[in-house]
Amino acid sequence: MAELVIRNLHVSIEGKEILKGVDLTLPQGEVHAIMGPNGTGKSTLAYTLMGHPSYEVTEGEVIYRGQNVLDLAANERSLLGIFLAFQYPVGIPGVTVANFIRSAINARRRSINPEDKGVPLLEFRREVKSQMELLRMDPAFAGRYLNDGFSGGEKKRAEILQMAMLKPEIAILDETDSGLDIDALKVVSDGVNTLKGPDLGVLVITHYQRILNYIQPDVVHVMMGGRIVESGDKDLALHLEERGYEWIREKVNGIA
Amino acid sequence: MSEQTPVIVRQSRSRTESTTFKFSQDQIRFTNNEYLDNLRQTAWNIYANTPLPTMKEEAWRRTDIRPMHADKFQLMDSSSNRYQRDIPVDLLRPLAGGDHGGQIILNRNKAQIYLEPKLVEQGVVFTDLLTAEKEYPDLLEKIIGKIVSPAEGKFAAMVTALALNGVFLYVPKGVNVEAPLHSLIWGADINSANLSHVLVYLESNASVTYVHEVASETLPEGQSFQAANIEMYVGQDSNLRFVELQSWGRHVWNFTHERVHIDHNANVDWIFGAIGGHLTKNFAELDLIGSGSVGKMSGFYFTDQDQHLDYDSQQNHLAAHTTSDLLFKGALVEHSRSVWQGMIYVAPGADKTDGYQANRNLLLSRNARADSIPGLEILADDVRCTHGATVGKIDPEQIFYLMARGIAQLDAERLIVEGFFDPIMQRIPFEGVRERFQTAILEKMSAYKG
Repeated sequence: MAELVIRNLHVSIEGKEILKGVDLTLPQGEVHAIMGPNGTGKSTLAYTLMGHPSYEVTEGEVIYRGQNVLDLAANERSLLGIFLAFQYPVGIPGVTVANFIRSAINARRRSINPEDKGVPLLEFRREVKSQMELLRMDPAFAGRYLNDGFSGGEKKRAEILQMAMLKPEIAILDETDSGLDIDALKVVSDGVNTLKGPDLGVLVITHYQRILNYIQPDVVHVMMGGRIVESGDKDLALHLEERGYEWIREKVNGIA
Repeated sequence: MSEQTPVIVRQSRSRTESTTFKFSQDQIRFTNNEYLDNLRQTAWNIYANTPLPTMKEEAWRRTDIRPMHADKFQLMDSSSNRYQRDIPVDLLRPLAGGDHGGQIILNRNKAQIYLEPKLVEQGVVFTDLLTAEKEYPDLLEKIIGKIVSPAEGKFAAMVTALALNGVFLYVPKGVNVEAPLHSLIWGADINSANLSHVLVYLESNASVTYVHEVASETLPEGQSFQAANIEMYVGQDSNLRFVELQSWGRHVWNFTHERVHIDHNANVDWIFGAIGGHLTKNFAELDLIGSGSVGKMSGFYFTDQDQHLDYDSQQNHLAAHTTSDLLFKGALVEHSRSVWQGMIYVAPGADKTDGYQANRNLLLSRNARADSIPGLEILADDVRCTHGATVGKIDPEQIFYLMARGIAQLDAERLIVEGFFDPIMQRIPFEGVRERFQTAILEKMSAYKG
């Protein structure tokens, strides 16, 4: 079983240090949650793991399957099995959901076999259709331009649909619960739960405990000021729900 | 946008003055048809008395033709067959589905003509200009010089007076031509001037799909000159689908005046595709002359290197209850440049009209430049006219998003560019034409380094 190992990760944006030494190990087969107040570096961690060019890593390493992930371009990280469900998926006008997912699948196939002719259309359609049914998506959705004019809920479903189709080993869900009503949250969580298994490690990044009622974490981490300051089991999330982040802040400051 | 980067131009440095053409009056081809002969003589007089356009004129403000060696161009005849390269097979394949109902290949003024016998029986004429002058002067007279006037400019007059060849398409009343017609003008020799006159006349209740293509190889040194007039009339309740594809070699200077008159309840779907040439100036005009008429113009262009493409489009609502819809989309790489200047004009009394125009440009290189200038002139009260013009770049967040799904950067960029063109592809009902454009995108994108 492979694991994603983050060691002493320091990240800056435009010269300002946001992550100040993050350590975290996420094995395949486990669900970890990262909770924390706004502006504490959770999304920075997500973008950095995926390789967004605006984030500058000043120290540390991220190892997966024997490679320093930080040396790879975003597409190479994806091909290695890392997936980011974006908090704000960007619109790609003119490119349909189906065409896009097919291009992504074909990029995977070609990375394994450069001579690959691409996924057969029928097989692809069948798979998209069945995954969309699970996510309770209208089949017409596949023909729409990607994230172009999508509602918040549609965008998040589209992210989970991509995850289902691309079958990553490590999935990072960046505030996937934000902007979702309770029904949409259930659908999206069900989608993630269906994909859970010994081959998938999930990192759920969230501000609220709510999503963790649906996606049960094995480990909960609390992030504050660019570091993981507390880790525990799922009860930690419940504590935070009851007592807020002040409690942790005081505890951390007390130690310091 | 940086203007500092050195630009490599094929031609020698710009002169302050253009050279002039060396054509002579005795090159006019007289025919014994009084109307045509008068037209050509009048056109010659206008041509001889009209100076070459300069950048001081509004329509030519963004297009500099001074580096063109006008004095070297000679009218092309069969003796100028120095390059006898075969026409690429791809250019002869049907683009609009099914087999051709007719095909004309004008290869350095030698014409190969085919028209289905059934269409000949129905009275359809699809032939080259020389044959039309000899065999169908009365039909030709219905249109030639009547839609595009020689008074419109130096090049329009030059073509009217001196065109060595062209295409004449006539569809009689009530005839529906099912299989598409195709014409190809091929070849652009160095120092040659190729003037062509294309004429399309649909009587009432007629319909046709016509693909007209101009193309040549790229020759390494020197210049070639191409000018064309395209005159079209679409009669009451008729339907014309007209596709024109331009893939001249990179040494070609290309000038056209094109206009269609659309009569009562007639419908025109006009598709432009431009990927070639060194410099192009194109005037294209939709005249909605009959009530209930509908005209749609869709443009695809992709420029690279030092290509310059300048479109002037005009949608003239000259009758009530008329509809026009224009969408031009272009992408630019390297230090190429495009200009689109559009105008919707609504004449007094042309009420209940609906006009739309949009031009979208995607700049793929720092040194590329697109000018997009929409315009409205509305002299009627009860109308709906909208327009839009944009010049944009690829958003790096889009690239990151696609790469995060495993797609390599160049493929991500290609996907975004294809997506940009998708609304134009949706307007093109011909698989073959769409494929041609897709291929062009891939070829042009190969020059793009991000």
